Amino acid sequence: MKKSVFFGALTVAGIAATAAAAGTLDDVKARGKLNCGVTTGLAGFAAPDANGEWKGFDVDVCRAVAAAVLGDPTAVEFVPTTGKTRFTALASGEIDLLARNTTWTFSRDVDLKFDFVGVNYYDGQGFMVPKALGVSSAKELDGATVCIQTGTTTELNLADFFRANNISYEPVPIETNAEAQQQYLAGACDVYTTDASGLAATRATFEDPSAHALLPEIISKEPLGPLVRHGDNDWGDVARWTLNALIAAEEYGITSANIAELAQGTNNPEVNRILGTEGTLGEMLGLSADWANNAISAGGNYGEIFARNIGESTPIGLARGLNAQWTNGGLLYSPPFR
Amino acid sequence: MSDTHAESVAFVRTEPVPSAPPPFQATGPVKWIRENLFANVPNTILTLVALYAIYVVLSAILPWIVNGIWNTDSLAECREILQGATGACFSVLTERWHQLLFGFTYPSELYWRPTLAFVLLFFAAAPVLFFDLPRKLLIFTALYPFIAYYLIWGGTIWVPIFALLGFAGGYLTYARFVTQSFAKGFFGGIAAAFLIWTLAGYITPLLAAENPAMAAVPSRDMGGFMLNMMLGVICVSLSLPIGIALALGRQSSMPLIKLVCVVFIEFVRGVPLITLLFVASVVLAYFFPPEASIDLILRVIIMITMFSSAYIAEVIRGGLAALPKGQYEAADSLGLDYPQAMRLIILPQALKISIPGIVNVAVGLFKDTTLVSVISMFDLVGMIRGPILASTEWNGVYWELFMFAALLFFVVCYGISQYSQWLERRLATDHR
Repeated sequence: MKKSVFFGALTVAGIAATAAAAGTLDDVKARGKLNCGVTTGLAGFAAPDANGEWKGFDVDVCRAVAAAVLGDPTAVEFVPTTGKTRFTALASGEIDLLARNTTWTFSRDVDLKFDFVGVNYYDGQGFMVPKALGVSSAKELDGATVCIQTGTTTELNLADFFRANNISYEPVPIETNAEAQQQYLAGACDVYTTDASGLAATRATFEDPSAHALLPEIISKEPLGPLVRHGDNDWGDVARWTLNALIAAEEYGITSANIAELAQGTNNPEVNRILGTEGTLGEMLGLSADWANNAISAGGNYGEIFARNIGESTPIGLARGLNAQWTNGGLLYSPPFR
Repeated sequence: MSDTHAESVAFVRTEPVPSAPPPFQATGPVKWIRENLFANVPNTILTLVALYAIYVVLSAILPWIVNGIWNTDSLAECREILQGATGACFSVLTERWHQLLFGFTYPSELYWRPTLAFVLLFFAAAPVLFFDLPRKLLIFTALYPFIAYYLIWGGTIWVPIFALLGFAGGYLTYARFVTQSFAKGFFGGIAAAFLIWTLAGYITPLLAAENPAMAAVPSRDMGGFMLNMMLGVICVSLSLPIGIALALGRQSSMPLIKLVCVVFIEFVRGVPLITLLFVASVVLAYFFPPEASIDLILRVIIMITMFSSAYIAEVIRGGLAALPKGQYEAADSLGLDYPQAMRLIILPQALKISIPGIVNVAVGLFKDTTLVSVISMFDLVGMIRGPILASTEWNGVYWELFMFAALLFFVVCYGISQYSQWLERRLATDHR
């Protein structure tokens, strides 16, 4: 097809509208590649490195799904999308899966006709202040000037929070995160507010990160997760359970280091079912028996992916917080594999 | 007279006193400075203020550039070396230059191919730009688009060959029938070209080798300044002939042609380029099935070409309107038919008048190609805003990257503008 694209374009031949009737899962298998939508660049979540390799937290979700379906974590075609093009790219079938730090909201799920397959990062709006300001809680910010991105939900959240606490603020509207960084450092505003992960990533790039503090208040819920088109439930199941497999793997102590050993068989039937040595879970999904084994081998379990891309040892330096396993007081809770 | 007093005076000069050198203040650089910089009080004040302004600017910029660091792996390392001193972190350029120029997915072992295409561009453009060169060089110019396509995209060589054959076939048909009727030749040529391309669409997959000599690179992998250059060069060169056709069509006495041209020009000019790009990237995706969709770069090229040809059409229409009516009448009185009159009398004069306007559109268009970063294509600006600023190593480096981008664009745009000024001088045949 690709070879004749040039002619197809010139002659407008070969544009016979063949409806994509087959399911996405079959399409992906036939194509041998997963088309995965990612952001055009967000530190820690998705960005190509100096060699052009995509790296990041969302990227690893794509790789895990590709490994589960095709057995090869590199069989991914990354399609960079902006905030404006992401939903049309998914709805039009240009991509099979969108893993682009997208907040799971009612209207996106119901009105835009997408299915969120889970949450891979629980985010929320936070505040960053210079330590010199001597503020330890957002409730002490009465009369502060606040840098805020216009036209985002953060603007609304901010207004709600300050009104609920009966304190006043002065907004400094800005366009992009980069601009916000400059304005905040130049002292144009006392406080910068956006998603907590973004604040942490921004702070990491400062010359002296220790001079700035993130306040403890998180004033909104921003569950970020991968999503697929509404109505193709088989494909949605594949994506959902791949994500669940990564989360469950951490819970049961399956890591990229010991997975080969555990795949020989263990005393834990749940681990055996995940890794395909017991039961027929892979077959039910329409995948091979070692689908989850491949997915976890691709980049490790959820904890390993987190630690490698955005964890405390990286420049982004995010703590697990809400994104810890439910056994550790977090919100990650995979339904059982049985 | 002097003879009479020759004995009464002790000394008589026989030659004039050599003129003394002018006073130190009235000569050389000192004079120039006095006259131009310190002529009077307001002048002196302005000079001092200007000098101070230059000092302030340079004292901020020079240390920044001179202290620049070129060989670290991340912004954090740069800051460590600088220890708080002023200094640029040019390491981002040394580490990511290939991404800025070629995009991050173009295979690095194939960089020679777009580079060669870029060098050949000068040879192809030279006979068009400088008409003193031998006309035979135009053959290479005609072949260049196909060579460049083959070099940049690679893949099977049959694609550019059949594309070339299509054009050749179309031209031969045109030449065969144009003597009978222009319309017959024109539409016959188009039909012949399309026939060849359609046939080639079926033949090429059969002929194509499994592993072509030039590895194929998908359009998605193009990026960086290469993408800006490709879009700029292709769209400007396509929009010139289309713009001329539209301008002539708008002046046509045939109502249908006139209506089509007017509607096209007014519609395209009334719509921002960015919306056209969104249509290309987003809306068209709904109309084509995912596997058969037209290449994104091609869609963008079509949209930008439409946009700029509408503008160029209006510029040329201005040139046409500026010609005195006598020129048209003179052409008619010589018994020239419409194509001859246009080709020999009207267009050479109209185009000459339009040069500044056309160059203006071309420069603007070239810079507008950076808008494609909004539809997630990684041109030079897209690379900077997306992948490079998002990488954990380089998040926070702004000045160095955007100055580099500005420098690249400035070099190209300044070159275009210098060429157009030369061209105007060269074509100045009117009597001044």
